[in-house]
Amino acid sequence: MKELALNILDIAQNSIAAGANQIAIAVRESVAADRLTISVKDNGCGMEPEFLAKVTDPFTTTRKTRKVGMGIPLLKMEAEMSGGELRIESEKGKGTSLTACFKRSHIDRPPLGDVAGTFMVLIQGAPNLEFTYTRETDRGAFQFSTAQVRALLDGVPLSEPDVLAWIRGYVEEGESGVL
Amino acid sequence: MKSLEDLKKIREEMQQKINIRTGDENRTRVVVGMATCGIAAGARPVLAALVDEVSRRKLQQVTVTQTGCIGVCRLEPIIEVLEPGKEKVTYVKVTEEKVKKIVSEHLANGRVVEEYTIGAAE
Repeated sequence: MKELALNILDIAQNSIAAGANQIAIAVRESVAADRLTISVKDNGCGMEPEFLAKVTDPFTTTRKTRKVGMGIPLLKMEAEMSGGELRIESEKGKGTSLTACFKRSHIDRPPLGDVAGTFMVLIQGAPNLEFTYTRETDRGAFQFSTAQVRALLDGVPLSEPDVLAWIRGYVEEGESGVL
Repeated sequence: MKSLEDLKKIREEMQQKINIRTGDENRTRVVVGMATCGIAAGARPVLAALVDEVSRRKLQQVTVTQTGCIGVCRLEPIIEVLEPGKEKVTYVKVTEEKVKKIVSEHLANGRVVEEYTIGAAE
């Protein structure tokens, strides 16, 4: 993966597969504390403790067609290579919360990349789910929620290309306001 | 600046258009592989380009959707075109440039771009 935004897209697909209808994505960045944290939290089906214990193993997957699952192991490796760590908390029937921390200034930390693009693609793929996106920096916070947009759209699907383009632009502008 | 007022305008335009859409049985589905393999290979910009092109050309009969791993990870990004009553066409190693041609030739004019298909790659 070339950017952390792609890892976010990948991890959030797990939340969708877990049957979540609420997915909260957050990117918290502090120059002062030299930290960058990304998190994906969902209210999906969650995992049994036994599955959770081996979920960072690349030979663990829920897929039936083959035996490898690289998404979580890749992100764990990236976090650990750049002075950080990956944490996953999960409760069967309640949901899962994944957090990856990075030392912001570490030379091996991947760039954050296009989170607005990720967010747009997630909504395109699952327009009926509620997503929130929080971007926090030392300068402030920006928050976006699909629920707010959905109420305004009055039945027009979020997957409409014009709506997606608007969301992308709105998120980009909102993010740049706290950078 | 993108404002909530812009969104309301989009809503009004859309509410008129949605009513004149063709039924589900006549729709062409374009499916993009969006698993770890696809994402790592560049499926996100491909999907974004596809949505843009389809919208720009006003191809009302086309739906763009996502799926998981299609099964040939080394040929990602992969997109599949499913037209009612026709055989499935699988495009491999798709780029934003290829998307433009696939949309203009195949989706808009019904001519399969053979050179980008899995048959040509293998």
